[in-house]
Amino acid sequence: MSAPPAELPRWIDIGLIPVINICLALLVSGLIILAIGENPWDALVIMVRGALGYGEGVGYTLYYTTNFIFTGLAVAIAFHAGLFNIGGEGQAYIGGLGVGLVMLAFDSYLPFVLLLPLGILAGALFGAAWAAIPAWLQAYRGSHVVITTIMFNFIAAAVMVYLMVNVLIKPGQMSPESREFTEAGQLPFIHEMLAGIGITVTPTPLNLSIVWALICCVGVWAFIWRTRWGYELRAVGHNEAAAVYAGVRPRHIVVAAMCISGALAGFVGFNEIMGVHHRLLLNFTAGYGFTGIAVSLMGRNHPVGVVLASLLFGVLYQGGAELAFEVPTITRELVVTIQGLVILFSGALAYMSTPWVTRLYRLFVGWRADTAATAPTTTTGEA
Amino acid sequence: MEDAFIFAVLTLNATVRVATPLILCSMAGLFSERSGVIDISLEGKMLGAAFIAASVAAATGSPWLALAAGIATAVFLALLHGFACITHHGNQVVSGVALNILMSGLTVVLGIAWFHRGGQTPSLESSERFMPISLPLADVLADVPVLGTLYGRLISGHNLLVYVAFLAVPLAWWVLYRTRFGLRLRAVGENPKAVDTAGISVAWLRYRAVLICGLLTGIAGTYLSIANNAAFVRDMTAGQGYIALAALIFGKWRPWTAFGACLLFGLLNAVAIRLQGVPIPGIGEVPVVFIQALPYVLTVVLLAGFIGKAVAPKAIGEPYMKES
Amino acid sequence: MVTKIGGEDAVVTPEGEPPPAAIELRGINKTFGTVRANNDVSMAVRAGAIHGIVGENGAGKSTLMSILYGFYSADSGVIRVGGKPVAIRSPNDAIAAGIGMVHQHFMLVDNFTVLENVMMGAESGPLLRESIQKARGALINLAEEYGLHVDPDAVIADLPVGALQRVEILKALYRDARILILDEPTGVLTPQEAVQLFRILSALKERGVTVILITHKLGEVMAITDSVSVMRRGQMVAERATAETSAEELAELMVGRKLKAGVSRQTKNVGDPALIVEGLSLRDRYGVARIDDIGFELRAGEILGIAGVSGNGQSELLEVLSGITPMTAGRIVVEGREVNVAKPARPDEMRALRLAHVPEDRQRRGMVTAFTARESSILGYQRDSAFNGPLFMDYAAIDGHCRDLMERFDVRPPLPDIVSSKMSGGNQQKLILAREIDRDPKVLLVGQPTRGVDIGAIEFIHQQLCDLRDRGCAILLVSVELDEILALSDRILVMFEGRIVGETPVEEADRSLLGLMMTNAHQGATSANTEPVA
Repeated sequence: MSAPPAELPRWIDIGLIPVINICLALLVSGLIILAIGENPWDALVIMVRGALGYGEGVGYTLYYTTNFIFTGLAVAIAFHAGLFNIGGEGQAYIGGLGVGLVMLAFDSYLPFVLLLPLGILAGALFGAAWAAIPAWLQAYRGSHVVITTIMFNFIAAAVMVYLMVNVLIKPGQMSPESREFTEAGQLPFIHEMLAGIGITVTPTPLNLSIVWALICCVGVWAFIWRTRWGYELRAVGHNEAAAVYAGVRPRHIVVAAMCISGALAGFVGFNEIMGVHHRLLLNFTAGYGFTGIAVSLMGRNHPVGVVLASLLFGVLYQGGAELAFEVPTITRELVVTIQGLVILFSGALAYMSTPWVTRLYRLFVGWRADTAATAPTTTTGEA
Repeated sequence: MEDAFIFAVLTLNATVRVATPLILCSMAGLFSERSGVIDISLEGKMLGAAFIAASVAAATGSPWLALAAGIATAVFLALLHGFACITHHGNQVVSGVALNILMSGLTVVLGIAWFHRGGQTPSLESSERFMPISLPLADVLADVPVLGTLYGRLISGHNLLVYVAFLAVPLAWWVLYRTRFGLRLRAVGENPKAVDTAGISVAWLRYRAVLICGLLTGIAGTYLSIANNAAFVRDMTAGQGYIALAALIFGKWRPWTAFGACLLFGLLNAVAIRLQGVPIPGIGEVPVVFIQALPYVLTVVLLAGFIGKAVAPKAIGEPYMKES
Repeated sequence: MVTKIGGEDAVVTPEGEPPPAAIELRGINKTFGTVRANNDVSMAVRAGAIHGIVGENGAGKSTLMSILYGFYSADSGVIRVGGKPVAIRSPNDAIAAGIGMVHQHFMLVDNFTVLENVMMGAESGPLLRESIQKARGALINLAEEYGLHVDPDAVIADLPVGALQRVEILKALYRDARILILDEPTGVLTPQEAVQLFRILSALKERGVTVILITHKLGEVMAITDSVSVMRRGQMVAERATAETSAEELAELMVGRKLKAGVSRQTKNVGDPALIVEGLSLRDRYGVARIDDIGFELRAGEILGIAGVSGNGQSELLEVLSGITPMTAGRIVVEGREVNVAKPARPDEMRALRLAHVPEDRQRRGMVTAFTARESSILGYQRDSAFNGPLFMDYAAIDGHCRDLMERFDVRPPLPDIVSSKMSGGNQQKLILAREIDRDPKVLLVGQPTRGVDIGAIEFIHQQLCDLRDRGCAILLVSVELDEILALSDRILVMFEGRIVGETPVEEADRSLLGLMMTNAHQGATSANTEPVA
C-alpha cells in the first residue's frame, strides 16, 4: 500500500479515514439499491435487524464472522511480511479437506477431546502446505506469490472436485459428499452448549470454532508485535535489505509467513467441515477467502481491526440473506457487490479522501509549521 | 482416418471458439501490463461487459448497440482501475480483486432486478446476436478434399467477433512494435522515469493502455454472452479471465507467444470436453478437471522457471510517483 | 509560476552590453515542508561556457536542477533562456526550451536499443519506421561531430556505464539541446571514461553548447569549467571565474568555514590484529570482480580508512565483511574464527563474533524506517537474551535500552515511541551508531558515517568513533569524503576497481597522492578525475 502522503494525527489516519472509506462504499451500495428500485434506508434497517435483531440472526452473523476472522487474519499476517496472499480460498478448501480426511479416518476410534486438536492440526497443516508451495516458489524460484496463489485456487478446486466425485463420495449417492462424521468428529454448536447450562437459543451453525478464532486473534497479535519472530517478519515486510542486515533470512520468513497464513485460512475448513456440515463436500468455502482481503484491508491488518471488520461482514452476510428473503428483487449477491465496493474504497482508493481530509483538518485546526513533514505536501497525482 | 481428420477439425473448431475470449483478454492484459499496470480484473471486466451486452441486446435487439454497451462497460471499469492505480497510486492487485468481486455480485443483482430470471438474461434471437458467417467460396470448396473441409469447417463459419480476436493479435503486435505509441508504452512499463524525463506523460500513456484493455475485454465479454451464447448466465466467465492472464504470462508478455498459449489452453479445454469419459490407451480415463486445471499448473511451472523464464515488465505493479 | 519577485541583481554578467545569458535564474525559491531547499537562488551562465555548480550533499543543487528541468515547480522566481522568460512546468517545456539533462541515475530503458532510447519522445511521426531512419542518420552525424561513438543497435543492458552516459548525452543532443546539464557525471565513471567525457564536453563547448556541470569534485571543476557557482544550504553563496579561484577557496565556500585539522588524535595504542582479510574476492553473477583479491590486517585500536571514488568496491567490501554477501574466494579471520567460502558466516554470526556494522545507507539497510525508534534500536540484536523472555520480547527492557542509547548519544527527540522515519538523518545515524557501539564491539565497520548529516552531528559522530578507537576497538572506515578519511584514519587504503591500489599512514598521506591513487592515476595513466589537490 502506498503511504498516506501527508501528516495527519493518528486518530484521523486510522480512525476517520477508514470510516469515510466505508461510508463511501455504503453510499454507492445505497445508490445501487436505489437503482434497482428499492429504498436503501429500508434495506439497511432490514439488514441490521436481520443480522442483530434476534437470536438466530446473531448466531448466523457470528458464524460468518468466524470464517472472516480466519481469512482476514490470514491475509493480514501475509501483508505484514510484505506478501499478498490471494490464495485464502484454495487454502481454506484444502484445509477443510485435511479436517475431513482426519475425521473420516479416526472418528470411529478416537474421542472428541483428541479429535478436536487433531482437527485443528489437520486444518492448519493442509492449509499451510497449500500455501507453502507458492511461498517456496517465490522465495527460491522467483515466481510471484500473487499469481501463483491465484493459480493454486483453481488447482485446489480441481483437486477437490476430483476427490469428491471419484474418491471420497459416499457410495450409492448422487451428490458428491462424504459420509457424515460420527458424534465424536463434530464440534458442539453454541446452542447445544448453552442448552447444557440451561439457556435455550434458536439453533444456528455457530459452533465452538468461534472461540478458536478469538484465540487466533490474540495469538496473531502476540506473534506479530510481541515476539522476535514477528519482529523479523515485519522487518522483512517493511525493508528486506535491513532485515538481511539484521541477520534475518527473508526466504525463511516468506515461507513461514505464508504457512501461518495458509494455516489460518485452513481453519475455515475447521469451522465449516467439523463445525457445521460434519461431512466433506464441495464449495464450502463460498468466497470467504476473498472476503478475507476486504476484512484485512478494512481492519488495517490489525487483529482488533480484523475482528471489527469481520463482524461488519458477518452483519452484511446475514443481513443480506435476510434482505434477499424479504425483498424479492434483491439477492444475496448484493453483499458480494458491497464487498467489492469495500475493497475498492478501503483498499485501492484508500487514500483518495486523504487530501481533502488534510485540507479540512488544516482549515479547522490550523497548520502548525513546526510539526510539518520534510516530505513535499503535494498530493495530487500527475493526471 | 477420415473420422480422425474430422474429429481433429471439430476439436480445432471448438478450440477456436474457446480460445477467442482468451485471445481478446490476453491482448487486453498485454497492453495494460506492458504499460506497468497489473490487471487481474480481466475476469471482472469481461463479466460486466457480457452482462450489459446481453441486457442491451435483449432490450434493443441490436447486437451492434450491445457490442457498444459491452465495450463501454469494460472501458468504464478499466478507467476505474486506472483512477485507483494511476491517479491515486492504489495497489493494482487490490483494485483488480475489488473489480472482480464487484462484478461477480453486481451482474447478478442487476440481472435479477431487471429480468427476474435468477440472474439470467432473456434468450436472444439470432437477429439479436453475432451469428456465424460463411466466408466466400466455403460452399464451392466444400468438395475439395482436406482443404475444403479445413476451410469450410475450421476457418469459415465463425461469428464476426472470432475474426476480430484473431485480427487483434497481429494488430497488437504492430501497435506495440511498429508505432510510436507502442514504443512509449513498452518503455513506460520498464522505466516510467525515463519516459517522464523524455517529456511524455506517464499517466496519460497508462490511461490509454487501460482504455485499450477495456475495449478488448469489452469485446470478449460481448462475445461470450451474445455471440458464443444466446444469453448471459451468472458467472459465465468461469475463470476465463484468469486463464487469459495465465496465457499472457505463459506467453511471456509477448503477443504471438501469448496467442499461442491461448490456443494451447483452448485446445486443452476442447480436448478435455471431447475426452470426457473416454479412456486413453495406456493411461486410462483422465479426469476432465485435471485437463481443465492444466493451464494453471503449466503457468505455475513456467513461473517457477522450470521451462524457460517469464520476465515481467520491470516497473509492473509500481505506481509512478514523480517526487520520489 | 513565473512571477518576478524583487531583489538586487546579484548576477555576475560580463562587462559591456553582453549577449543575453544562455540561461539565467533569478530569485528561485523552493520549499519542501519546512525545508528551504532553494532560497532566493540567482545565477547566469554565458552561452558556450562550461559552468560548474558545486556544493555539499543537500546544498540544494539537485533541487535547482530539477526545477530547471521541470520536475519540480519553483515556488517563485524567473527562468530566462537566451534572454526570454520561459515557464518550465514539465520536462517537455525544458526540452522545448533547449535544455537537456544527463541524470546521475541514467533514464534509460534497459531492454531497448540505443536507437530506441534516443528517439523515444522525439519520434518524427506515429509510425516508427521513419523515426528509426531519421534517428540512425542523426546518431551517425552526432557520433562524428562530438566523438560520441555508440552502436545504435546495442541493447542498453549490455553496455558499460560510460557508453550509457554517452547515450544520455545523445538523447539530449538529438532533441537539439543547447544547454546541457550533467548531474554528478563522473561519480560512476572510470578515469578513462571521465577523460573521454571531458573531451566530449569540450567538443560541445566548441560548437556553442552551454554545459552546466553539477559536482562535488573540485578537481573536475578546476580542470574543465570556465566559471563556477557555489551553493550552501539552499543559497547561492558565490560565483567565480574558474581562472580566478582555487580548489581551497571553493572548498571553504562550500562548507562555510575553514576546514579543521580534524578530531584530536591521542597517542597510538595499536594492538593485535582483530580482523584479518586474505585474498578476498567477490564476483557478481556476470563474473565481474567487484572485489578483487583484497588482503589487509585491521588492528585493535586503529582506524583504517578506505578511500576511493564511489562504486569501486567499497560497498561490496562492507557487505562481504559483515556477512550480508557471501564471498567467492578468500578468507576472513575475526575473533579466531575463520570465515571462507566453505564456511561462510551470516550477519548474525558475524555479530556474535563482536563485529558490528554501521551500514552506508541507513534508511535502506541500517534501520526499518517504519519501525519505532525503540524497535530500530535493537535491529540485528532482536534475538539477544537481554531483550527476550522465553516466548515474548521484553518491551520494558527494550524501552530502557532505547532511552539509555538516546540519552548517551544525544538522539533527539528522545522518544522511543517515535517512528524512525520522523527522525532527522543525523539523529537516525546517531541511533544506529549508538546501537552498534553499545555492545563494545571488537571490530566496527562504518560506511559513510556522516553522509547527509548536519554539521553538529558530524563532529559528534567523529568524536564517538575516535573514543571507540581509543578504547581498543578496530574500526574500518569507508568514506568517499577524503576529508573524513584524513581526519579520522590512522592508516589509509585506497580502493580502485575492487582492488587495493595503495596504502599509506595518515602522517604521510598527501591529498594529491591519494587523489591520484583513487583514480589509479599514480601508475601512469593521466586523469582529470581527481579530488582537490592541496
